[in-house]
Amino acid sequence: MEPILKGRNLVKRYGKVTALDHCDFDLYPGEILGVIGDNGAGKSTLIKAVSGAVTPDAGEVFLDGKKVKFASPLDARGAGIETVYQTLAMSPALSIADNMFMGRELRKPGVMGKWFRKLDRPAMEKFARDKLSELGLMTIQNINQAVETLSGGQRQGVAVARAAAFGSKVIILDEPTAALGVKESRRVLELILDVKSRGIPIILISHNMPHVFEVADRIHIHRLGKRLCVIKPGDYSMSDAVAFMTGAKEPDPEMLAA
Amino acid sequence: MSETTSRSDDYESVIGQSAQGIAEFDDDRHGLIHKVQHALHVTPSLVPLIVLLLSIIIFGILLGSKFFSPFALTLILQQVQIVGILGAAQSLVILTAGIDLSVGAIMVLSSVVMGQFTFRYGIPAPMAIAFGLACGTLCGFINGWLVAKVKLPPFIVTLGMWQIVLATNFLYSANETIRSQDIAAEAPMLQLFGAKVQIGGAVLTVGVIFMVLLVVVLAYVLKHTAWGRHVYAVGDDPEAAELSGVQVKRTLISVYMLSGLICAFAGWALIGRIGSVSPTSGQLGNIESITAVVIGGISLFGGRGSIMGMLFGALIVGVFTLGLRLLGADAQWTYLLIGLLIIAAVAVDQWIRKVSV
Repeated sequence: MEPILKGRNLVKRYGKVTALDHCDFDLYPGEILGVIGDNGAGKSTLIKAVSGAVTPDAGEVFLDGKKVKFASPLDARGAGIETVYQTLAMSPALSIADNMFMGRELRKPGVMGKWFRKLDRPAMEKFARDKLSELGLMTIQNINQAVETLSGGQRQGVAVARAAAFGSKVIILDEPTAALGVKESRRVLELILDVKSRGIPIILISHNMPHVFEVADRIHIHRLGKRLCVIKPGDYSMSDAVAFMTGAKEPDPEMLAA
Repeated sequence: MSETTSRSDDYESVIGQSAQGIAEFDDDRHGLIHKVQHALHVTPSLVPLIVLLLSIIIFGILLGSKFFSPFALTLILQQVQIVGILGAAQSLVILTAGIDLSVGAIMVLSSVVMGQFTFRYGIPAPMAIAFGLACGTLCGFINGWLVAKVKLPPFIVTLGMWQIVLATNFLYSANETIRSQDIAAEAPMLQLFGAKVQIGGAVLTVGVIFMVLLVVVLAYVLKHTAWGRHVYAVGDDPEAAELSGVQVKRTLISVYMLSGLICAFAGWALIGRIGSVSPTSGQLGNIESITAVVIGGISLFGGRGSIMGMLFGALIVGVFTLGLRLLGADAQWTYLLIGLLIIAAVAVDQWIRKVSV
């Protein structure tokens, strides 16, 4: 099967630091790919390289078998790749609806939208409210409240809902449960499985081993700027995975070909 | 998968029985002060509006009909029109967390271009005005390009542009003033913004009407269009804005260009206001516009505040200036009070930020 999103020989250097060292990456249709690795292993850079937030110094990215070059996150988004960044990428002073539609605002139909470029606030608010309800996040009383008035977990929920609502090809989640409580984490995991059942593949970057092992179909273990190996959660235990990613244990030679 | 999950504790199994209610918080801060704080947080331009109304009432009581007349009140509007227009340009830039020290200089250069193109080269006035507006937009584009693409701090860029534009203005105009009578005789269109409209005792000029319309239109654009929301997002957190799909560089350049264009309109209005084209006029435009913006409650850190507040801020300065002059006070008292207001405005800004809802 052809990967839907493929990276080959990706290299990214920040001065003398090599964040990505000829890294390969494969995401297959319909799967959840967990990405784990130590701090500083280059997970975030890998994700940014395939989502357009950084331009790799070398290497190629393929989407649906076609070579793509994303100059900005907007390009990747246009191609159907949605990303929830660790920083969440939201404007604190703006409302939830404004944030969800940032860069893809809806305009009023007719003259008001066409000539006066007026935003269709009611439609945007309704959509945002529906998406948040799907995620069970209606503890937010007012869709017009500024994002800065939300708790960390609620903000994360809004960011995940935004990606789930607009992602058509690939959804990338960078530490989506890091700031969430037990209950909210559970909802996000359910949402991830729900998105998967709609046939959209997901990349899940997380330090939370139980979460990764629970939902991922395959796990990409990242070490020292490249893919060390890919394992299936059923074949290995969490402690094996931790051993691989910290270098305490070398994976079998035949796994390296995976 | 089953092997690994069974080993971990099944700690999430009780979630189903957990409370389903929505969090409720007892708000024990029912006091009046808290309510005021909340209202101010939701509508930041209320502060300058209240100060403006209070100062009008106080001067009205002290001075009676000498101050509280349609003529005097519209005179204030005429006196603040230039600062109001420049303040609109300044507001846009400050909302993106920048600052524009070159607004006054761009205004003067644009007015000089309009005047000199008409009188030195004999270009018809409408064409010369178009060149003046283009000149202002170009200056704004250079500012925006340096800020967005070369990534220089706005303070430095516009500090440099201030000097460059001002020097260009003096070199190009050879420090030569075009007299009011000549303009009125040969190119009255340059003085269009000075044309008066009388309604009873109230005297409005085209410049005043333009200022009010400009602020209303910009308030609409900032609140109800995607571009306006992007301006706020860029000022709030440029990195987040970029990642969430805003074309930050393009937005920044467009803001500085629009600011330059508005400054050029201010230059046109300046000719209407003083009658002549003078390369030495409007020197305090940058400081006065920043004052109006700050008193108007727009945050210098970007992303917060409303352009209506800026208009109220400019009017507060106008009310104080005229009111104190009519009271016969030394002009220095005006500066002293404006200074106090600036500091008070920022203090209030910090105070209302403390409440998040």
